[in-house]
Amino acid sequence: MTAHDARFVGGAIPLSGSVDMMHGSGGRATAELVQALFVRHFDNPMLRAGNDQAAFQPPAGRLVISTDGHVVSPIFFPGGDIGSLAVHGTINDVAMAGARPLYLSAAFILEQGFPLADLERIVVSMAAASRLAGVPIVTGDTKVVERGKGDGVFITTTGVGVVPEGVDVSGDKARPGDVILLNGSIGDHGVAILSKRENLAFETEIVSDSAALHGLVADMVAAVPGIRVLRDPTRGGLASTLNEIAQQSRVGLRLDEAAIPMKADVRAACELLGLDPLYIANEGKLIAICAPADADRLLAVMRAHPLGQEAAKIGEAVADDLAFVQMRTAFGGERNVDWLAGEQLPRIC
Amino acid sequence: MKYVDEFRAGDLAQGLAAAIAREADPSHTYNVMEFCGGHTHAIFRYGVQDLMPANLRFVHGPGCPVCVLPIGRVDNALELAGDPRVTLCTYGDMMRVPATGRRSLLKAKAEGADVRMIYSTQDALRIAVENPDREVVLFAIGFETTTPPTAVVLKQAAAAGLKNFSVFCNHVLTPAAITHILESPEVREIGTVAIDGFLGPSHVSSVIGSQPYEFFAQEYQRPVVIAGFEPLDVMQATLMIIRQLNDGRHEVENQYARVVTREGNRKAQALVAEVFELRSSFEWRGLGLVPYSALRIRPQFAAFDAELRFGVETKPARDAKSCECPSILRGAKKPTDCKLFGTVCAPESPIGSCMVSSEGACAAYWTYGRFRQQTRPAARSTEAAA
Repeated sequence: MTAHDARFVGGAIPLSGSVDMMHGSGGRATAELVQALFVRHFDNPMLRAGNDQAAFQPPAGRLVISTDGHVVSPIFFPGGDIGSLAVHGTINDVAMAGARPLYLSAAFILEQGFPLADLERIVVSMAAASRLAGVPIVTGDTKVVERGKGDGVFITTTGVGVVPEGVDVSGDKARPGDVILLNGSIGDHGVAILSKRENLAFETEIVSDSAALHGLVADMVAAVPGIRVLRDPTRGGLASTLNEIAQQSRVGLRLDEAAIPMKADVRAACELLGLDPLYIANEGKLIAICAPADADRLLAVMRAHPLGQEAAKIGEAVADDLAFVQMRTAFGGERNVDWLAGEQLPRIC
Repeated sequence: MKYVDEFRAGDLAQGLAAAIAREADPSHTYNVMEFCGGHTHAIFRYGVQDLMPANLRFVHGPGCPVCVLPIGRVDNALELAGDPRVTLCTYGDMMRVPATGRRSLLKAKAEGADVRMIYSTQDALRIAVENPDREVVLFAIGFETTTPPTAVVLKQAAAAGLKNFSVFCNHVLTPAAITHILESPEVREIGTVAIDGFLGPSHVSSVIGSQPYEFFAQEYQRPVVIAGFEPLDVMQATLMIIRQLNDGRHEVENQYARVVTREGNRKAQALVAEVFELRSSFEWRGLGLVPYSALRIRPQFAAFDAELRFGVETKPARDAKSCECPSILRGAKKPTDCKLFGTVCAPESPIGSCMVSSEGACAAYWTYGRFRQQTRPAARSTEAAA
């Protein structure tokens, strides 16, 4: 098609500059945005079909669905951006059921004035993350809100997956005596984000650990189908996630601080800001709880995977009706590891 | 991590714990008040109490700057934030402090007030420069540690001739509060406070030095050992206090010699003296009026004094009636003695000041030590020595 012909079938409204209200109008501009950005970069047959939904034959087994809204600031950070995060986060939520993720949907809420170049960068990043993970984005939605009514871009992703036969993972299955494992160092994502926040320009080499964990999970459930609990400690960090599991399973959890992997830069940044790394967000970490007899095998499988090389046993479940999470400190004392109260705020001195 | 791990080594802690156990006279009880919230935080976060003998009790003092700011001053900050012309800048942990009617700056921000969380006073100055059409007010709080940075921005604002920047000054002084703990009439009403020695502030002392505590140690015959915020610092300083008490001495000793000198930071002191002057009296949350315990901005910097610029008037405001914070801040009661603790007062919904900041005694009890109330045998608990 020549440029002259293109005028009569589409492309009359140029895709440049920034997001405009007409990009959310449902008219030609919306269609062009969808074609030029989303269909082009996410390209797959289901999306290309141009329907408002994706139809597929569900495989045998239990289906899993999970949805997640992403409102990260800054949008671009060391080791990732809101796009790759939106893909990894939902894949991981599906995978934490022990499931194999199949498809993703993505809904974009764009603020009027958001640079289209930045949007394209995000979409390219999402497409790359989705391709690398082997989990296509097959349907989606775009809305535009007026300037001042959004924060540039919000992305909601939904994922579906299927749980292999014989796997039954859930947060309420931890039992006294079970072993708690973690696949690597904590706090990397939160510190990478903090380092780029306005007013907090401290030097660090830390990049976000944002990653899709379903490959690691597949190896883990193949080796130990009886894994009791899987959970990714994202917002609220390791401490909040363990409190959730303790409450769901009505067991106490006892951690060994010295065994929890943490990078020196993360510790230093948290020290500087008066923050506790146990409460800092992660995006490429998982907690696994299994029977003691399975722990060594599971640890070996985790360490054999690129995303679990630093995996460690970090504690155990104990009988405790109060469902407290406690920690033996590296110092030799004991402390409670409580829920986070509101947002963790830096101390004054 | 260089210069941090060295002060958190478990084997050194065990050695110090053995020395403390050896030297603590079993026929005595040692009540050691840590003035600073930073010490309280370290004691709970690292489980230092677990390494102490049963006859040594840490008493948590009023050294959390967020906890001791009276409700009336937080009300003032809320009024300032409510002025549509004003952008109010403050440190993070002030955002949640409950004021009258359980309002807070966090809630005011949610309702549309322009409240900005800052990490340094320089952030507030930058916001003022970048927003010449806004009245930028720095809600300045804290002990001697955070006072010099406030003095610096006041001087910078004056030098730059900024017309839209001012400071709501709430800086308070440590030695006056320590003295007040032992001699105020309220303490006599509450009962005898059995404090045998003090862990002196670390960051505060890096500015004012150890000398200001000498009169106090002599007058009240209590040992003061300036201690760093690392858990090994706290343990070593505790051993030094035990030794003084065993020897019948009451001196100022400096465990934190790697940072603190007797004279302190003269440059910072001169800067503070140039910009601030003493208030004759200032209300502390939980302690009431404490004479000569706070600073205000000197007349030559009056143009940058938010109290003058906005006609701030502090009205008396009361804490909740059943709140035991006044007794807890003086060490007369433990957080768990308060009926509100863990019932209606918790970190998510603080009523008393000690539950507000992570450095507050009640917040530390709740966050780090709550399991002790339920699951620990009494012989190992913090309460055992009480």
